[in-house]
Amino acid sequence: MKLFRILSRNINHAFKSVFRNLSLSLASIVCTTITLILVSIAVILTVNVNNFTKGLEEELTILVLMQKGTTEEQDMIAKDEISKIGNVVGENVVYKSKEQVRIETMQKSSDLKSIMETWTDETNPLKSEFIVPVKDIRDMKDTAEQIKEIENIELVNYGEDTVTKLVPIFDVIKKASIVIIGALIIVTVFLICNTIKLTIFARKNEIDIMRLVGVSNTVIRLPFVFEGLFLGIAGSIIPIAATIYGYILAYDNLNGFFVSNIIKLVPPLPFVLYNSLLLLGIGVIVGMLGSYRSVRRYLKI
Amino acid sequence: MKFIDIEHCYKIYKNGVTALADLTLKIDKGEFVFVIGTTGSGKSTLIKLLYREEKPTKGVVNVGGINVSKLRNGNVYKLRKKLGIVFQDFKLLPKLTVYENVAFGLENQGIKSKDIKPKVLLALERVGLKEKIRSFPNQLSGGEQQRVCIARAIVDEPKLLICDEPTGNLDPATSKEVMKVIDSINKNMGTTIIMATHDREIVNTMKKRVITIENGVLTHDEKKGKYIVDEVVQDSK
Repeated sequence: MKLFRILSRNINHAFKSVFRNLSLSLASIVCTTITLILVSIAVILTVNVNNFTKGLEEELTILVLMQKGTTEEQDMIAKDEISKIGNVVGENVVYKSKEQVRIETMQKSSDLKSIMETWTDETNPLKSEFIVPVKDIRDMKDTAEQIKEIENIELVNYGEDTVTKLVPIFDVIKKASIVIIGALIIVTVFLICNTIKLTIFARKNEIDIMRLVGVSNTVIRLPFVFEGLFLGIAGSIIPIAATIYGYILAYDNLNGFFVSNIIKLVPPLPFVLYNSLLLLGIGVIVGMLGSYRSVRRYLKI
Repeated sequence: MKFIDIEHCYKIYKNGVTALADLTLKIDKGEFVFVIGTTGSGKSTLIKLLYREEKPTKGVVNVGGINVSKLRNGNVYKLRKKLGIVFQDFKLLPKLTVYENVAFGLENQGIKSKDIKPKVLLALERVGLKEKIRSFPNQLSGGEQQRVCIARAIVDEPKLLICDEPTGNLDPATSKEVMKVIDSINKNMGTTIIMATHDREIVNTMKKRVITIENGVLTHDEKKGKYIVDEVVQDSK
């Protein structure tokens, strides 16, 4: 009960203090808001890019064609070699003999069917092929080079076009956003720190008297920590609302895809809720860090 | 052990100034003691040692069973809870009423409002300001403000009341009024009182124990003393 009384008194004080230094409090809140909106955008981007690249990783494979006229034995040796490569998901390498390729092609095209029907195993000019899934598409090029080195392999095709070139760009975006957000978070901590510093100076008299009449250090410090907490939480309200409302709206309007049908967006629920919790968490931590720093530096007890 | 027990105490500030040198002083419970000395003599340092605003460089300071010289910063509040302090500059919060100012410490210690009220009213009654509980400090005279400070200091019935020149800002008539209040606290509540002052007339009329400090050294300690600082200063000239 005693603790509860002290807490409620402190929370009350902290709340009043936010309004007493309104301009600075607003500056801190706005700064937190901007930071958190950017954090939110970055999180949405990162999660969607991750989701997209993961999808790509499952779909993107390397197509390997054997030289013309290889025996099945030679094909199997090549398959073993391919499976040994570190970036290759060995157990998922799919082998198609030239006969299988012929049958599949005939099923797909009736025009070709009439021609291919006449081919025998000896006259079949097609080549055996492998479909090779990889673990990390960023290393696809290297993996392809390694496969090329293997005996009896004629052609390695890994779709070295726009899709794979996007991946490093996404990586750069991810890293840049982390750096920018990191810097913004630091600026916000400093701004909150400054706001609390002013509050401490403004309440210097009160703090002196508290010390004289035997109020414990913890109780003296608490209202300032709460004030930082308030600023952080107040700063996270708009970003959270914008995230929930904005993402759901965008998702619905875009029918769940971004730009084209290749890029599939992450469904809003429960993603926006996790994101909101993250924003609130960052707001709280930033607020507490700012006030803690100020209390440590400027509140000499 | 006496209520206040200071033994071979030194206070040397970082800039090399020796504020107190080999000071030994014992004060009984319920005593009324004046501490006098010229500005810079070390009397304020002595007062500050008692409520642990300063730590002695050497020696032991014991107040009501608490070894103040070894008290850590985080525990200073435990000592301060047990004593009342009154200053020359009042240190009242202008935005709080008389009642709120007196209740300030108790409220911040998390005591229930219904337990605070009788204590505050009693303290204000003791200083004769019960009818002013709703006034703000700037609506009061200097003497009344100082009495509010005294009420705040005694609200939790401390065993020791430390007064650092409480009449320094007041005219002689008002000073007398304030001294009456302090004296009655000493007599009626049995509170030990240590008061640093420059007021010759008060010291001479009240006939209490007087401790004189010059250049950080305790020079006189008399049971029913008089204000002798000026004579000393004249002698030294």
